[in-house]
Amino acid sequence: MGAEQKFLVCWCACVCVCAQKRLWEGTEVGTNLADGASDNKVDHVHDTMQATDAPPSPPAKDQTQRFAFDERIWEATNVEINLVEDAPPIRDKEADEADHVLDTMQTQDFPPPSTAKDQFQEELVIKPLHSGDIYASFQFRTQWDTDFLEKHKFSHYRLFPKSLGQVISKFSVRELHISFTQGYWRTMQWGQPFLPSPPGAELWVWFQDTVTDVDLAWKELTNVLSGIFCASLNFIDSTNTVQPSASFKPLGVGNVTDQRFLRYAVLPREIVCTENLTPWKKLLPCGSKAGLAVLMKSEKLFHSSFHSQALHIRPVCKDWQCKSTSWELRQTLNVVFDLHTSGQGKREWSLFKMFSRTLTEACPLASSSKVYVDITDNPQGELFELSPATPLVSQAVVLGDGRTYSVYDLTDHATFGQTHSLNVLLRWRAAESGEMLRPLLHGERYVAGYGLQTGEIHTLVYNNHPYRAFPVLLLDTVPWYLRLYIHTLTVTSKGRDNKPSYIHYQPSKDRLQPHLLEMLIQLPPNSVTEVTVQFERALLKWTEYTPDPNHGFYVGSSVISALVPSVVAMDTNNTQERPLFSSFFPCKEESTYFMRIYTEPLLVNLPTPDFSMPYNVICLTCTVVAVGYGSLYNLLTRTFQVEEPSQGLAKRLANIIRRLRGVPLLT
Amino acid sequence: MGLLSDPNRRRALTNLLTRLNAPICVVCYLAGVMWFMGLAFEPFTLRTYMSENAMGSTMVEEHFPAGERALATGREFAAHKKKVGGMPVNWLVKTMESRGLEVFTQSFTRKLPFPDENKERYLVRGTNVYGILRAPRASRTEALVLTAPCSQGNANNQAVGLLLGLAQYFRSQVYWAKDIIFLVNEHDLIGMQAWLEGYHHTNTTGGDWSPLHGRGGSIQASLSLELSSDVITSLDLVLEGLNGQLPNLDLANLFHAFCQKIGVLCTIQGKLQRNDWESTSGYSHSAQTMMLMVLKQASGRPWGDHGLFLRYHIEAATIRGINSFRQYKTDTTTIGRLLEGMYRKLNNLLERLHQSYFFYLMPSLTRFVSIGYYMPAFGLLAVILLLRALDLWVQLGASAPGTEDGLAEREQDPRFLPLLNKLVISHMTGVALYCLPVMSQEMAVQHFPVSETEAVVLTAIAIYTAGLALPHNTHRLLQGEGTEHGWRVLKLVALLYLAVLLGCTALINFSLGFILALSLVPIAAFITPPLSAAIMVLLSPGCTLLYCVLIFQELQETPVSLQDGWMLFLSVISQGILDHSLYGSLVYPLLALLIYPCWLLLWNILFWK
Repeated sequence: MGAEQKFLVCWCACVCVCAQKRLWEGTEVGTNLADGASDNKVDHVHDTMQATDAPPSPPAKDQTQRFAFDERIWEATNVEINLVEDAPPIRDKEADEADHVLDTMQTQDFPPPSTAKDQFQEELVIKPLHSGDIYASFQFRTQWDTDFLEKHKFSHYRLFPKSLGQVISKFSVRELHISFTQGYWRTMQWGQPFLPSPPGAELWVWFQDTVTDVDLAWKELTNVLSGIFCASLNFIDSTNTVQPSASFKPLGVGNVTDQRFLRYAVLPREIVCTENLTPWKKLLPCGSKAGLAVLMKSEKLFHSSFHSQALHIRPVCKDWQCKSTSWELRQTLNVVFDLHTSGQGKREWSLFKMFSRTLTEACPLASSSKVYVDITDNPQGELFELSPATPLVSQAVVLGDGRTYSVYDLTDHATFGQTHSLNVLLRWRAAESGEMLRPLLHGERYVAGYGLQTGEIHTLVYNNHPYRAFPVLLLDTVPWYLRLYIHTLTVTSKGRDNKPSYIHYQPSKDRLQPHLLEMLIQLPPNSVTEVTVQFERALLKWTEYTPDPNHGFYVGSSVISALVPSVVAMDTNNTQERPLFSSFFPCKEESTYFMRIYTEPLLVNLPTPDFSMPYNVICLTCTVVAVGYGSLYNLLTRTFQVEEPSQGLAKRLANIIRRLRGVPLLT
Repeated sequence: MGLLSDPNRRRALTNLLTRLNAPICVVCYLAGVMWFMGLAFEPFTLRTYMSENAMGSTMVEEHFPAGERALATGREFAAHKKKVGGMPVNWLVKTMESRGLEVFTQSFTRKLPFPDENKERYLVRGTNVYGILRAPRASRTEALVLTAPCSQGNANNQAVGLLLGLAQYFRSQVYWAKDIIFLVNEHDLIGMQAWLEGYHHTNTTGGDWSPLHGRGGSIQASLSLELSSDVITSLDLVLEGLNGQLPNLDLANLFHAFCQKIGVLCTIQGKLQRNDWESTSGYSHSAQTMMLMVLKQASGRPWGDHGLFLRYHIEAATIRGINSFRQYKTDTTTIGRLLEGMYRKLNNLLERLHQSYFFYLMPSLTRFVSIGYYMPAFGLLAVILLLRALDLWVQLGASAPGTEDGLAEREQDPRFLPLLNKLVISHMTGVALYCLPVMSQEMAVQHFPVSETEAVVLTAIAIYTAGLALPHNTHRLLQGEGTEHGWRVLKLVALLYLAVLLGCTALINFSLGFILALSLVPIAAFITPPLSAAIMVLLSPGCTLLYCVLIFQELQETPVSLQDGWMLFLSVISQGILDHSLYGSLVYPLLALLIYPCWLLLWNILFWK
């Protein structure tokens, strides 16, 4: 792996974790990195954290010392971040390389000759979960060595979907990540997903720094995507769009990290169904005609506990030298099938049972097409039986945990056997599948209090690591109609105040922009950190209520991004599998990994007028107020006087004469 | 309003009102009572109907098959309960987990202000166990709750069995859109209070509970199940919650609709519906049902485990299985099907239940009286206070020398000082009545041979009675009063004070306001210094409470002798104080801090010298 590329990847992942890391990185590593990195961010962070009004000095020694503590923590996690990219069993270039090494018995098929500028890979990972449920994750990757931004250079599309290519070139998109999720990933039961996503729709986009009016491009882009994916993305407007300063850093090649070019929005209410799946499937080169995509029958995919489909576009290095970039489109689909509702309690899974289809061929356009089954917990086959058996075994480090996979290569005809179809079958032998390792990081969130005036948002972040503390970045986006009392923000761990080392808060503007709160919090080992903030519920204008106001209003998930210490170092058994000389110091590459988790969205009731008879209410109220108040006010302010009886004409005349004469008037 | 701004016509109107004041008041009072009694007459009431579209038009088929297995689980639960001698936490956790739920526990400790002799508890320690059925493809934003209490002795074992059976059956269904929380609470309402406060992270009454670790978002509706026999003859619906709050009427409608569909006898206040409204007995039956509801609502206590949910804007009701000597029995499978149907319909809800009424009285399960119909009855009583106040105001104005500027003069009048004194002294007595019983229990126990509970109740009664002696003593202290003018001003103030108090009370808890108005309005309206003190005492809030207890027993067809009634009265007082300190019921502070001082003001007039 080339040093330069390594640095780049490392750097990308680093910045995506936290700004604070970038502080000292700027001092030490930053010189090696691209000088063009706009580091106004760094100054900003400095200002926020130090709260000094000294002019921002270049990264100096005292600052380095100031962050010496942080540095120490981060140092252990420095180079390690490579793993972020290798971590999922997704094929990156590096991961591919790793695979070449690891797939000991596998006859590796190399990508097509370099004359073809685009290639397509597909894979399916099946992971039996400890709860008895089963997790199936599809990944489709299309890579194309082209430059969309030079508008006249290309017009011919082969594998890459034209609709997306046009979107990239028209809106000068650098990175685009969109996910549609139905359901909530149950971290405590299922462990970590390969690609996390919040319930509803999530969209975040990095624009090229050549874009002048980002807001306009964002608005148009969301409307176009809304059309492409048949989703309500057109509901994304300024009231739910934010620009996170640290939580969402580019995942692809590039060094522009100015948050002005980032837009992030979540629609927690979005319902995902077949009408979103169909256009998503159409973007695949083989559609749903061949390859793994034949398994995607919507009646089965939506008969599950969790369904998430996502699409990621980013620039990646073309080759190991990373002289030029190519575009990567990655489509993922994650499903969790429920043991209880679909299996009648019988622990047996097969492709046919899950998808009501079996595999008969690979997608002919795919350079690689594989099915992986996680057999880590089942090395000797004592837990479950896997049939047909496959000789191919692959190992990978996924989310800090070494996993072993059985591999079925669909490009190899022998895989399909006599029946010309592949139906992977897992049959459990043991009734219980053992204890699951507790996820090291998970979060939950709820609204506390009662009544319709105020409330309190509680976010709990759990660090289940027995002895290591690590920092997390918490991102909260709260709609404007919940008026946060930011002075009531408290962060407590183990009963003590835990001061965040970095806070970025952007207050809301009524009907214009939401609250944005980003914090860097150090989680003590084996602790629960509770973040609370009080809010007041605003009374909306009567046209601003949704058609079902008594359902409540959604607040999107909090995002928790972290560099989590790896479980490999916690594992005491690993000395048995590895040579002794390799296992004394915890290997850096395995010691931490990047993780992002989402909390559940909130449903908050706002004070709601009775819409069932607005006319009556308005009429009655106005009448009562007008009549009652008006007349009472009248009575209170008017003084009553007995009216003088009008004088006769003669007397008036006499008085005029008397006045002229200066004699007292007649009464 | 032109009528009032014209001095001549205004004079004519006030003359009319002052001349006919007493007859008008009597007519209003009688009309108010008649109106109220008329509410139970069937032609005057409305038929209930399902307002919520999401629950009305959708058809649901019930398939719950496993009633027998649920009963077996209930027996197993009973055995484990007996073995552990309380809540079998481990067994429940294991059983719920095996049914595919996410299981959590919550422990709580509660020290009562004084021992509860009815339930024989003082220091309460317990554990709630709840399992969450996660709805597939739902994002933990909405939840429904089904609760069953883990009671002392052999009660409610079948309820827990059915709850677990339903959990198992519900878990294998795919149509859930909301998480369903199955809760087994220990120590009935105290456990429920701990769980609800833990769920919403509030602490209104100073309990001590461990935080919850699993939640399902905002709870939309909840049902509490009480079932103590394998077969039942009817199901009783309990609606009255804390502070007289009621769930949305659609919840009652839903229950009734499913009872009709499945063919289960259903009752409210333990009374079946009758169809002979023309006959006298038919009318008196529905009047009794309604009176029972009014009395229960006025008490402000939660009449089932559901009662505490209402504070959190969660529609909740208790369903109680009754096993009487009737021939026709219903088995557990049928009850399971009924609950399944109700939960499936609640699952279909797109919004919280809000379409139907929140303020109603029910003379039977198919008939209801909405707020628009019952409020006039109270209004007729309340207007008496205003009429009398107007009368007094006019009289005071006539007797004062300057009619227009009289008000300004009187404000500087030193005669107003004793009035202020009386107000303050009455309220101090009220504060003493509120605080002292619980605070001084230890002292009382040391000096008198009584238990703590008796000490509290007897102290309360002693302070209440001591308040009656106040006018004599204050008179001796404060010289220079006793004019005709003085008591009129005092009465005017007391009348207006009472009107405001009762008006506010009736808006929150109609029944309480109405019952208080029934007894307080006559004395407030017609009290003059020489009136008999006996009538005054007989219509005091304390005696009203005693009458309510007796009438309630009468209506429940368990009449008691005066002796037993007195014992019951004492226990009701202690329960009222406990309800206040445990769950935050507002009836006791309302009576002690506001109504009683107001009544003392009127009592002062009686002894005006």
